[in-house]
This record gives sequence, C-alpha cells and structure tokens, in this order.
Amino acid sequence: MTDTILVIWAIARKDLVLEIRNKDVVVAITGFALLVLAIFTFAVDLSQMNAKLIGPGVLWAAIAFAGVTGLNRAFASEIESSTLEALLIAPISRDLIYLGKSLGNFLFITTAQIIVIPTFAVLFNLIVFRWEMVAICMVTAIGFSAVGTLFAAMSVRIRAREVMLPLLFLPVVTPLLMAAVESTSYLVNGGTWGEMASWLQLAIAFDVLFIVISALIFQNILED
Amino acid sequence: MNKVPGYLDPLLILSTALMGCALYLIFIWVPTETNQGAIQRILYFHVPIAWGSMLGIFVVSASSILYLWKKDQKWDRLAVSSAEVGLTFGAMMLLSGMIWARPVWGVWWTGEAKLTTALILFFIYVAYLMFRSYFPPGTQRQRIAAVIGVIGALDAPIIYFAANLWSQAHPPLITGPAADADSTLGSELGIVLLMSTFAFTLLFVYMVQARYKIRRSEDDIVDLKRATTTPGVS
Repeated sequence: MTDTILVIWAIARKDLVLEIRNKDVVVAITGFALLVLAIFTFAVDLSQMNAKLIGPGVLWAAIAFAGVTGLNRAFASEIESSTLEALLIAPISRDLIYLGKSLGNFLFITTAQIIVIPTFAVLFNLIVFRWEMVAICMVTAIGFSAVGTLFAAMSVRIRAREVMLPLLFLPVVTPLLMAAVESTSYLVNGGTWGEMASWLQLAIAFDVLFIVISALIFQNILED
Repeated sequence: MNKVPGYLDPLLILSTALMGCALYLIFIWVPTETNQGAIQRILYFHVPIAWGSMLGIFVVSASSILYLWKKDQKWDRLAVSSAEVGLTFGAMMLLSGMIWARPVWGVWWTGEAKLTTALILFFIYVAYLMFRSYFPPGTQRQRIAAVIGVIGALDAPIIYFAANLWSQAHPPLITGPAADADSTLGSELGIVLLMSTFAFTLLFVYMVQARYKIRRSEDDIVDLKRATTTPGVS
C-alpha cells in the first residue's frame, strides 16, 4: 500500500518538478482561461443580473477549453523527450502510471483554478468565495484530470492530437460540466448545500466511475 | 468466392420489400393525425431510425468489449461497421427530429434530456470514427478504439441523468400543438411503427453486413500487401 502511494507520488512529483522549472502547463491553462473570461467581459453585457445568469457557464467553459490545452502537454512532453518508454519499462503496473499522471494533472488544474476563480469573481463581480466553491472546483478538477489523462494518453501518438483531444474529451465530460455550471449557478444566487447536493453527487459518481474504469483499462492503451 | 450478385442478397430483397410495405402503411394506409397533421408522419421514420442508432451504439460497445476480451479481428470490424451505420442513423434521427419539432414544439431544438443525450452520444461516436482515421493502423488503434467505444456506452447513462436533472431546472419551452393534446391515433400508430421498425432494423443489419464485408476486403488487401513486400516472400 505504502509502495503504491510512493510510486504514484514519484510520478506526480517528476511532473511537478518539470512544471516548476518550465511552467508550461499551468501557464497555458491559466492564460487561456483568463483570456476567455476577459473576452466575455466585453462580448456580453455584464449587468448584475446577466453576470449571475451567464457567469457560471462562461467560467466552466473557459476552464474546460483551457484544461484541454494543458492536458495535451501531459503526455506530449513525454514523447518529445522520449521518456515514455522509460516510464513503460519501469517495474510498475500501468494503472499506477495513470494515477500518478492524473494526480499531476489534478494539481496543475487546481493551481490554475486558484488564479482563475478570483479573477472571475472580480471581472464578473460575483461572490464565489465559499466552501461550496472549493468542493465544486475539487470534483471538477478530479473528473477533468481522470478523463483528460486517459484521453491524452490515447491521442499522444496521433499527428492531429491538438484536434483529437478536445473532440474526445469535451463530449465525455459534459455531465461534469453541467454539474459544475449548475452548482455554481446555485452558489452565485446564494444557494445552499442542499440545493446543489444532487449535482455534486452526480459529479462525485462521475469521478469515481472514471478513475476506476480508466485505471482498469489503461494498460490497453500504452501496450505496444 | 461469392458468386451471388450483390443485388440478390436475401437480406437486401427482404428489407426492400419490408420498406415498401412500411412506406405504403405510412403514406397511404394510416389516417392523418388530427392534432399535428401530416407532420406527425415523420414519427414513423424518426422512432425506427432512433432505434437503429441506439442499436448501433449497443453493437459498438458490445463488440468493443468482445474485442478487448477475445482480441479477434472480427469484433473490431463489426464495431467500426456498426459505428458508421449507427452514426448515419444518428444524423438522420437528429435531422428528422428537428424537422418535426419546429412546427410541433415551436422550436428546432430544446434542452430536453433525450435530445441532449442523443446529441452528445452522436459527438462521442464522431470522435470514435475520427480517432480511427487519424491513428496509424494496427492493433493499438483497434484496442484504443474499443476503449473509446466502451467509454461512450458507460457515459451514456450519466449524460442522460445529468441532462434530465438539467431540464428539470430549465423546463423546455414547448408551445406547439404537442404541448396540450393527446394523440388521436390508437392501434394504427402501433402497427405502422412496428412495421417501420422492422424495416429499418433489417436495413441496419443489411448495411452493417455490407460494410463488414468491405472492411474484411480492406484488411485482406493490407495483409496481401504486407505479404508481398516482406523480404523473402515473393
């Protein structure tokens, strides 16, 4: 058990060290998401009523699109530096590689959210600093990284991977996006935990299902 | 090899005959529904086509699981054939549904749960086929495609559940004749629908079978090419 956690952490830490040095992924996700938010502030009229109505949708669409650009990098860097083979011949099972990579991606998306959400609150003039928001961000980041890591590994060997990843990723995470948008809507309108409970439960069920399934089938993807 | 010409395929003859009967029932035999008028006849196409696209998804996911389990080429061929036919049926389902919804519901599209689910599943299977055409051929492509096929099927109930929850929070805007009237057709509707469903199911099976044969020939050609280019074999 301890070994398993150590292996997962070793892979995630490798990605974190790389990220701290070159800051590719977090800057890509954050920059893209902030740009989308900024464009929306002048693309639509942001009176107080409108902001509450469209704000949550804009926020999560921005994070979803930006997340894809970051996830593309997750395995692409392994291919570019030819380290994927090294990872594959390491004496560890493939599901641990998946979980380690997902943990790394989860941390990147969370870091980006820490910058993007306050900016969203300022630009859209909405109050989002509540514990509920932390829960929404967590379940969404877990789901995005669980599905995104799986699909990034699938599309890494494709010449058009920048096109393929969003085409695979976005339809599959639609339920999670709906959950994030709807619970954020309740939140900005002063809703309580009870009102968003069914959405959060749905998101948690999505996360658990995809982590388990992806870990189980991951060895089918990286086999040669 | 196969000496019977393609047009004498019993499946083709049977599905053509059934389709003829279904068309007769739809356009001549069944009376016009009073509330919606002639537009209601789209239902006799829309429902069987939607059934065909669901059948497509089911066959893709079932044969994907069988491929991952048995690693037999034939399951992969069946998966890709039914994905292509299912996607064609899916596109026709979305289009016929929209043509029907505009006069009856007053909108082309609405956030109703079945519609959202159908559209998102359509996109997942578009991605499935695009993936297959982008990825270099080989067993890895077949394995990953099978994984996508399984994930699409697993995601379907979650998408439906979410879309259902979503449409409860945002009730669809339905203002047309369907909003407040029950159907005036009784058993006739059932008979026509059943006949039409049989016809479209046979058409589906025929198309999948035809595509499967083409796929097998494609694989044979690849194998032959490989055999002739391998050094030592001429």
